[in-house]
Amino acid sequence: MTRMVAEDVARTGSGPAPLLTVRDLCTWYFSNEGVVHAVDGVNFDVHAGRTLGIVGESGCGKSVTARSILRIVEKPGRIVRGSIHLHPPAGQGEPRDLVQLREDGPEMRAIQGGDIALVFQEPMTSFSPVHTVGNQIIETIRLHDRSMTKALARDRAIEMLQMVGIPRAERRVDEFAYQLSGGLRQRAMIALALACNPRLLIADEPTTALDVTTQAQILELLKRLQAERGMAIMLITHNLGVIAEMADDVAVMYLGRVVEHAPVRELFRSPQHPYTRALLRSIPSLHVPPRQALATIEGTVPHPLNRPSGCPFHPRCEVAIAGTCESHVPDLLPIGTGPAPALVSCFLHHPFGDGARQETN
Amino acid sequence: MAEDPAAPVLLDVAGLKKYFPIRQGLFRRVVGHVKAVDDVSFFVRKRETLALVGESGCGKTTTARAILRAAEPTAGTVKFLTRSGSVVDVTSEPRASLRPLRREMQLIFQDPWSSLNPRMTLLDLIGEPLLVHGMRSASERQGQVEALLKRVGLRPEYMGRYPHAFSGGQRQRIGIARALALRPSLLVADEPVSALDVSVQAQILNLLLELQLEFGLTYLFVSHDLAVVKHLSDRVAVMYAGRIVEIGQADRVFSAPRHPYTEALLSAVPEPNPEWKTRRIVLEGDVPDPAHLPTGCAFHPRCRYAIDRCRTEEVPLAADASGHLARCIRADELTLAGVATPVV
Ligand SMILES: Nc1ncnc2c1ncn2[C@@H]1O[C@H](COP(=O)(O)OP(=O)(O)OP(=O)(O)O)[C@@H](O)[C@H]1O
Ligand SMILES: Nc1ncnc2c1ncn2[C@@H]1O[C@H](COP(=O)(O)OP(=O)(O)O)[C@@H](O)[C@H]1O
Ligand code: SF4
Ligand code: SF4
Ligand SMILES: [Mg+2]
Ligand SMILES: [Mg+2]
Repeated sequence: MTRMVAEDVARTGSGPAPLLTVRDLCTWYFSNEGVVHAVDGVNFDVHAGRTLGIVGESGCGKSVTARSILRIVEKPGRIVRGSIHLHPPAGQGEPRDLVQLREDGPEMRAIQGGDIALVFQEPMTSFSPVHTVGNQIIETIRLHDRSMTKALARDRAIEMLQMVGIPRAERRVDEFAYQLSGGLRQRAMIALALACNPRLLIADEPTTALDVTTQAQILELLKRLQAERGMAIMLITHNLGVIAEMADDVAVMYLGRVVEHAPVRELFRSPQHPYTRALLRSIPSLHVPPRQALATIEGTVPHPLNRPSGCPFHPRCEVAIAGTCESHVPDLLPIGTGPAPALVSCFLHHPFGDGARQETN
Repeated sequence: MAEDPAAPVLLDVAGLKKYFPIRQGLFRRVVGHVKAVDDVSFFVRKRETLALVGESGCGKTTTARAILRAAEPTAGTVKFLTRSGSVVDVTSEPRASLRPLRREMQLIFQDPWSSLNPRMTLLDLIGEPLLVHGMRSASERQGQVEALLKRVGLRPEYMGRYPHAFSGGQRQRIGIARALALRPSLLVADEPVSALDVSVQAQILNLLLELQLEFGLTYLFVSHDLAVVKHLSDRVAVMYAGRIVEIGQADRVFSAPRHPYTEALLSAVPEPNPEWKTRRIVLEGDVPDPAHLPTGCAFHPRCRYAIDRCRTEEVPLAADASGHLARCIRADELTLAGVATPVV
């Protein structure tokens, strides 16, 4: 049943063939205290040249989703179900299901940093403290293209650093990451990620550790690079302002599931899921008179080991339907019919019995 | 709430400086100074909120710590109106006589994870300041802690638990309860919601607004998040590279800033509305290293309005007719963009 629903989602996805399709992805952590359903049935598509924003509060599974796609989920975590199809450029072979590839096999290695690259929140952890920024970029380039000589790779590294707007790149190429300021380090991290021309850039909270003026620089940079190279971006953030500014489509996550998926304007203009609505009302805004109280959501995100039954949002939902929401899991289903309808996972929109499945966990 | 010019000044900071020595070489000789806080002056009236905003490293935390003497100021005075009605200079009090002052000035930290002793129960954590300040009776303390927990939205039954059992937002509530225990008049809050999720952040901001009205609290609210600041403050002071570059009524600073840095800062905040096309000012380069500040106006290498004089002249804070202060040679001639506020 679940899988059939997932296929429906694929067919209703927007526009031309996607670059990445994630279906019913479940990544769980098997710890001593119990099983954490970090990602629990996630569905979405990523399209070339577009930005998919993934938004949600701490612990909702954004980073685990990213790690699952790159197959770098650490123990005791494991993908337990679902598929992640990477589609080749038109006419160049069949899509591959990354879930079926060996984590440390040559195919997956070629994809990591080759087709799909990752930028983290904290660039310090992605750079080695004992190698210069340049050497790490050179190494990455040569790992994916054995025919590249050291000298050529160095030229390319300098070119990459220039492209991301690092001044005096010919000198900075020989510096260490710790010698750069936060903003420059994040630029260098992006240069490293783009060194092999990835088709998909996954940016996990790329500006969260930065000041607003530096954040503005990095967001402009990502927009420019996407326009120049046509790559897809999956932008993970908890900042709805960043989402509004950067994303074409948005997936809102709550407790390991996508609860709403919509084009960005639609999501902000008419949010459909009760969680999305509440979340949007609770953001502080510059466009209010000073000293205004904010709307709040009752309670807090439950502990991952205390996952509510049924719709995971039901204990905090103001409009929960007694008898249904606490015992059944709503699926992510389209509302409306257009070519790219919004998808919502809520019994208000899809009454129980109409495509919903029984609680299974 | 607009500024009430009749309200007495509770905190008056003048010429506050905090320099950290830079040592080098075998003999750790002092080769220069980081001017983390350089000649900062402002006042806060009773029952109002003054927000101190700026980007990381501009000196907000150091200012807050120097005011509370958690860091010894290099120069300046911090005059505080005590409950008994006398004005004391916190910077010249002998350390031993700071304790009664501490009752009246409390601090809330940014990081709810590291600011609470993990080996103390909530009863001990919140009751400790009461005990230190002479509340001997255990049952009286317990009653107080119970009332405080309820007031900040926590269940009194949690009293026997340790902080690790609580989420970030709940720990921030514990920190607030602890700070409130002694009925302070001034709360200095250093980024109290920066580590929290959006929905939890909203709850804590509302709690701070309510507590202020209920207990007549005065807040010095330190934050880098301008939208958060807008929801809480009466007046705003903007810091850049250790100095205050602008101070004014919150609605004026947001809608009609008088310093180019404030204008750029406001325009950089991503708007949670995809329909609004913001005219973003992207600043070049980074915040200057406080050990090597540019000459003249410290903002001049990044300022799109800079003229020759900005590179050499010391720029003082100067007021317009309404008392809105800015440290910019061209403040009177420039018309800077702020954010629009809908009329309600
Ligand atoms: N190594 C691990 N062992 C056990 N549980 C884990 C592990 N890594 C992540 N989790 C759990 O998986 C869930 C999702 O975590 P994830 O890091 O994806 O959240 P996130 O949405 O990225 O949050 P944030 O906004 O804080 O980065 C959380 O409940 C987390 O505690
Ligand atoms: N103990 C210290 N020793 C040396 N420099 C310090 C110390 N504390 C802060 N600084 C420096 O003072 C400046 C202001 O820091 P801080 O007040 O923490 O800024 P903010 O709170 O605005 O982010 C920074 O350049 C910082 O590196
Ligand atoms: S399914 Fe029920 S509990 Fe869940 S969001 Fe919809 S109405 Fe609320
Ligand atoms: S004094 Fe000059 S450089 Fe400084 S903010 Fe004003 S115009 Fe810009
Ligand atoms: Mg994360
Ligand atoms: Mg600070």
